[in-house]
Amino acid sequence: MSLTAEESVTTMTINGEADLLRIRAMLRAEAQLAGLGLTAETKLVTAGSELARNIVRYATHGQGTASVERLRSEGRRGVRAAFSDSGPGIADLDEVMRDGFSTGGSLGLGLPGSRRLVDEFAIDSAAGRGTTVVIAQWAR
Amino acid sequence: MPEDVPIIRMGPNLLVALQGNLDDTTVEQIERAVTGEVARTQATGTLIDVSGLSIVDSFVARVLARLVAMIRLLGAEATIVGLQPAVAITLVELGVPMGHVRTALNAEQGMARLRGSRDEPDR
Repeated sequence: MSLTAEESVTTMTINGEADLLRIRAMLRAEAQLAGLGLTAETKLVTAGSELARNIVRYATHGQGTASVERLRSEGRRGVRAAFSDSGPGIADLDEVMRDGFSTGGSLGLGLPGSRRLVDEFAIDSAAGRGTTVVIAQWAR
Repeated sequence: MPEDVPIIRMGPNLLVALQGNLDDTTVEQIERAVTGEVARTQATGTLIDVSGLSIVDSFVARVLARLVAMIRLLGAEATIVGLQPAVAITLVELGVPMGHVRTALNAEQGMARLRGSRDEPDR
Protein backbone atom coordinates (compact mmCIF):
# COMPACT_ATOMS: atom_id res chain seq x y z
CA MET A 1 0.00 0.00 0.00
CA SER A 2 1.33 3.43 -0.83
CA LEU A 3 1.03 5.62 2.17
CA THR A 4 1.59 9.27 1.67
CA ALA A 5 1.56 12.36 3.83
CA GLU A 6 1.71 11.05 7.34
CA GLU A 7 0.19 14.14 8.78
CA SER A 8 1.25 13.79 12.36
CA VAL A 9 2.94 11.31 14.60
CA THR A 10 2.50 11.50 18.34
CA THR A 11 4.42 9.19 20.62
CA MET A 12 3.50 8.66 24.23
CA THR A 13 5.29 6.65 26.85
CA ILE A 14 3.37 4.04 28.78
CA ASN A 15 4.41 3.75 32.41
CA GLY A 16 1.28 2.54 34.07
CA GLU A 17 -2.42 2.13 34.05
CA ALA A 18 -3.12 5.87 34.24
CA ASP A 19 -1.62 6.24 30.76
CA LEU A 20 -4.48 4.18 29.30
CA LEU A 21 -6.77 7.18 29.64
CA ARG A 22 -4.36 9.46 27.75
CA ILE A 23 -3.95 6.89 24.99
CA ARG A 24 -7.70 6.41 24.61
CA ALA A 25 -8.18 10.18 24.44
CA MET A 26 -5.43 10.57 21.84
CA LEU A 27 -6.83 7.76 19.68
CA ARG A 28 -10.31 9.20 19.88
CA ALA A 29 -9.11 12.67 18.89
CA GLU A 30 -7.13 11.31 15.92
CA ALA A 31 -10.04 9.10 14.84
CA GLN A 32 -12.33 12.12 14.78
CA LEU A 33 -9.81 14.22 12.84
CA ALA A 34 -9.48 11.39 10.30
CA GLY A 35 -13.24 11.28 9.88
CA LEU A 36 -13.84 7.76 11.18
CA GLY A 37 -17.44 6.91 12.02
CA LEU A 38 -18.44 6.46 15.65
CA THR A 39 -18.38 2.66 15.50
CA ALA A 40 -14.96 2.53 13.80
CA GLU A 41 -13.72 5.10 16.31
CA THR A 42 -15.03 3.12 19.28
CA LYS A 43 -13.46 -0.08 17.96
CA LEU A 44 -10.10 1.64 17.43
CA VAL A 45 -10.09 3.19 20.90
CA THR A 46 -11.07 -0.15 22.45
CA ALA A 47 -8.37 -2.06 20.54
CA GLY A 48 -5.81 0.56 21.62
CA SER A 49 -6.94 0.23 25.21
CA GLU A 50 -6.48 -3.55 25.08
CA LEU A 51 -3.01 -3.26 23.56
CA ALA A 52 -1.85 -0.55 25.96
CA ARG A 53 -3.12 -2.64 28.85
CA ASN A 54 -1.11 -5.60 27.56
CA ILE A 55 2.01 -3.45 27.89
CA VAL A 56 1.12 -2.35 31.42
CA ARG A 57 0.42 -5.94 32.39
CA TYR A 58 3.07 -7.96 30.59
CA ALA A 59 5.99 -5.75 29.52
CA THR A 60 9.04 -5.32 31.71
CA HIS A 61 8.10 -2.79 34.45
CA GLY A 62 4.89 -2.23 32.49
CA GLN A 63 6.70 0.17 30.23
CA GLY A 64 6.47 0.84 26.52
CA THR A 65 5.36 3.37 23.96
CA ALA A 66 2.30 4.11 21.88
CA SER A 67 2.59 6.18 18.75
CA VAL A 68 -0.35 7.35 16.75
CA GLU A 69 -0.34 8.81 13.26
CA ARG A 70 -2.93 10.00 10.85
CA LEU A 71 -2.82 8.34 7.43
CA ARG A 72 -3.82 9.37 3.96
CA SER A 73 -3.68 6.92 1.12
CA GLU A 74 -5.28 7.38 -2.28
CA GLY A 75 -7.75 9.81 -0.86
CA ARG A 76 -8.65 7.65 2.11
CA ARG A 77 -7.97 8.73 5.64
CA GLY A 78 -7.20 6.63 8.62
CA VAL A 79 -5.33 6.26 11.88
CA ARG A 80 -2.46 3.97 12.62
CA ALA A 81 -1.19 3.18 16.10
CA ALA A 82 1.88 1.22 17.12
CA PHE A 83 2.31 -0.26 20.59
CA SER A 84 5.85 -1.29 21.44
CA ASP A 85 7.64 -2.65 24.42
CA SER A 86 11.00 -4.21 25.09
CA GLY A 87 9.55 -6.76 27.45
CA PRO A 88 9.88 -10.54 27.51
CA GLY A 89 8.31 -10.93 24.08
CA ILE A 90 5.98 -13.66 22.92
CA ALA A 91 7.43 -17.05 22.11
CA ASP A 92 4.39 -18.52 20.39
CA LEU A 93 2.40 -15.96 18.42
CA ASP A 94 -0.16 -18.51 17.20
CA GLU A 95 -0.97 -19.36 20.79
CA VAL A 96 -1.57 -15.77 21.95
CA MET A 97 -3.72 -15.00 18.91
CA ARG A 98 -6.18 -17.70 19.98
CA ASP A 99 -9.27 -16.63 21.89
CA GLY A 100 -9.07 -17.53 25.53
CA PHE A 101 -5.32 -17.97 25.82
CA SER A 102 -3.99 -16.01 28.80
CA THR A 103 -1.09 -16.20 31.18
CA GLY A 104 -2.34 -13.21 33.14
CA GLY A 105 -5.67 -14.35 34.51
CA SER A 106 -7.63 -12.27 32.00
CA LEU A 107 -10.17 -13.37 29.42
CA GLY A 108 -7.41 -13.82 26.86
CA LEU A 109 -9.24 -11.60 24.38
CA GLY A 110 -6.80 -8.72 24.16
CA LEU A 111 -4.85 -9.68 21.05
CA PRO A 112 -7.36 -11.77 19.05
CA GLY A 113 -10.18 -9.41 20.07
CA SER A 114 -8.21 -6.32 19.05
CA ARG A 115 -7.49 -7.89 15.68
CA ARG A 116 -11.22 -8.28 15.05
CA LEU A 117 -11.85 -4.60 15.87
CA VAL A 118 -9.52 -2.98 13.34
CA ASP A 119 -8.97 -3.00 9.58
CA GLU A 120 -5.27 -3.80 9.84
CA PHE A 121 -3.35 -5.68 12.50
CA ALA A 122 0.28 -6.75 12.56
CA ILE A 123 2.27 -8.21 15.41
CA ASP A 124 6.01 -8.63 15.64
CA SER A 125 7.55 -10.37 18.59
CA ALA A 126 9.96 -13.02 19.70
CA ALA A 127 11.07 -14.29 23.06
CA GLY A 128 13.49 -11.81 24.62
CA ARG A 129 13.13 -8.99 22.14
CA GLY A 130 9.90 -7.25 22.96
CA THR A 131 6.65 -6.90 21.12
CA THR A 132 5.27 -4.41 18.63
CA VAL A 133 1.64 -4.42 17.55
CA VAL A 134 0.50 -2.08 14.79
CA ILE A 135 -3.17 -1.45 14.12
CA ALA A 136 -4.92 0.77 11.58
CA GLN A 137 -8.48 1.86 11.02
CA TRP A 138 -9.72 3.58 7.87
CA ALA A 139 -12.57 5.98 7.29
CA ARG A 140 -15.26 4.39 5.13
CA MET B 1 -13.34 8.86 41.81
CA PRO B 2 -15.80 6.54 43.49
CA GLU B 3 -17.01 9.36 45.75
CA ASP B 4 -18.38 10.95 42.61
CA VAL B 5 -20.24 7.83 41.52
CA PRO B 6 -23.86 8.64 42.11
CA ILE B 7 -25.65 5.72 43.74
CA ILE B 8 -29.28 6.78 43.86
CA ARG B 9 -31.88 4.97 45.89
CA MET B 10 -35.24 4.55 44.15
CA GLY B 11 -37.60 2.68 46.44
CA PRO B 12 -36.23 -0.84 46.83
CA ASN B 13 -33.76 -0.33 43.96
CA LEU B 14 -30.42 1.34 43.45
CA LEU B 15 -29.40 3.22 40.32
CA VAL B 16 -25.69 3.52 39.65
CA ALA B 17 -24.52 5.77 36.83
CA LEU B 18 -21.04 5.11 35.46
CA GLN B 19 -19.53 7.98 33.54
CA GLY B 20 -16.46 9.22 31.79
CA ASN B 21 -13.19 7.56 31.10
CA LEU B 22 -12.79 4.98 33.83
CA ASP B 23 -9.38 3.70 34.76
CA ASP B 24 -8.92 0.23 36.19
CA THR B 25 -8.49 1.30 39.80
CA THR B 26 -11.61 3.46 39.72
CA VAL B 27 -13.66 0.63 38.22
CA GLU B 28 -12.64 -1.68 41.04
CA GLN B 29 -13.44 0.99 43.64
CA ILE B 30 -16.89 1.41 42.10
CA GLU B 31 -17.39 -2.34 42.39
CA ARG B 32 -16.70 -2.23 46.12
CA ALA B 33 -18.83 0.87 46.65
CA VAL B 34 -21.84 -0.63 44.85
CA THR B 35 -21.77 -4.03 46.54
CA GLY B 36 -21.35 -2.26 49.90
CA GLU B 37 -24.36 -0.06 49.19
CA VAL B 38 -26.52 -3.01 48.06
CA ALA B 39 -25.78 -4.78 51.33
CA ARG B 40 -26.25 -1.65 53.46
CA THR B 41 -29.57 -0.59 51.94
CA GLN B 42 -30.84 -4.16 51.40
CA ALA B 43 -31.81 -3.18 47.86
CA THR B 44 -33.67 -5.83 45.90
CA GLY B 45 -32.58 -4.54 42.50
CA THR B 46 -29.71 -2.56 41.01
CA LEU B 47 -29.56 -0.79 37.68
CA ILE B 48 -26.08 -0.12 36.38
CA ASP B 49 -26.37 2.71 33.87
CA VAL B 50 -23.45 2.68 31.43
CA SER B 51 -24.89 5.20 28.95
CA GLY B 52 -22.14 7.62 30.00
CA LEU B 53 -19.36 5.24 28.96
CA SER B 54 -18.02 5.81 25.46
CA ILE B 55 -15.70 2.82 25.74
CA VAL B 56 -16.01 -0.52 27.52
CA ASP B 57 -12.95 -2.66 26.96
CA SER B 58 -12.52 -6.28 28.09
CA PHE B 59 -11.31 -5.26 31.54
CA VAL B 60 -14.25 -2.96 32.25
CA ALA B 61 -16.66 -5.53 30.75
CA ARG B 62 -15.26 -8.21 33.00
CA VAL B 63 -15.67 -5.99 36.06
CA LEU B 64 -19.27 -5.23 35.05
CA ALA B 65 -20.05 -8.93 34.64
CA ARG B 66 -18.40 -9.61 37.99
CA LEU B 67 -20.38 -6.81 39.64
CA VAL B 68 -23.63 -8.29 38.32
CA ALA B 69 -22.63 -11.71 39.68
CA MET B 70 -21.76 -10.22 43.10
CA ILE B 71 -25.06 -8.35 43.36
CA ARG B 72 -26.93 -11.57 42.52
CA LEU B 73 -25.01 -13.43 45.19
CA LEU B 74 -26.16 -10.80 47.65
CA GLY B 75 -29.71 -11.73 46.65
CA ALA B 76 -30.59 -8.73 44.49
CA GLU B 77 -31.29 -8.41 40.79
CA ALA B 78 -28.84 -6.52 38.62
CA THR B 79 -29.39 -5.09 35.16
CA ILE B 80 -26.99 -3.20 32.95
CA VAL B 81 -28.77 -0.43 31.09
CA GLY B 82 -27.98 2.09 28.39
CA LEU B 83 -25.10 0.44 26.58
CA GLN B 84 -24.27 2.69 23.60
CA PRO B 85 -24.77 0.95 20.22
CA ALA B 86 -21.14 1.42 19.15
CA VAL B 87 -20.01 -0.03 22.48
CA ALA B 88 -22.34 -3.03 22.10
CA ILE B 89 -21.00 -3.74 18.60
CA THR B 90 -17.44 -3.46 19.87
CA LEU B 91 -18.04 -5.80 22.81
CA VAL B 92 -19.55 -8.47 20.56
CA GLU B 93 -16.64 -8.31 18.11
CA LEU B 94 -14.13 -8.24 20.93
CA GLY B 95 -15.69 -11.50 22.07
CA VAL B 96 -16.50 -10.54 25.65
CA PRO B 97 -19.02 -13.05 27.01
CA MET B 98 -21.91 -10.93 28.29
CA GLY B 99 -24.74 -13.28 27.33
CA HIS B 100 -25.59 -14.12 30.93
CA VAL B 101 -25.81 -10.46 31.91
CA ARG B 102 -29.31 -9.02 31.97
CA THR B 103 -29.53 -5.77 30.03
CA ALA B 104 -32.12 -3.17 29.08
CA LEU B 105 -32.14 -0.35 26.57
CA ASN B 106 -32.41 2.37 29.20
CA ALA B 107 -33.02 2.98 32.90
CA GLU B 108 -36.81 3.20 32.47
CA GLN B 109 -37.05 -0.20 30.78
CA GLY B 110 -34.60 -1.68 33.24
CA MET B 111 -36.68 -0.39 36.15
CA ALA B 112 -39.85 -1.81 34.57
CA ARG B 113 -38.14 -5.18 34.26
CA LEU B 114 -37.02 -5.12 37.88
CA ARG B 115 -40.63 -4.48 38.91
CA GLY B 116 -41.84 -7.22 36.57
CA SER B 117 -39.45 -9.83 37.92
CA ARG B 118 -40.53 -8.99 41.46
CA ASP B 119 -44.25 -9.10 40.64
CA GLU B 120 -44.14 -12.41 38.81
CA PRO B 121 -44.01 -14.79 41.80
CA ASP B 122 -47.26 -13.27 43.12
CA ARG B 123 -49.22 -13.99 39.97
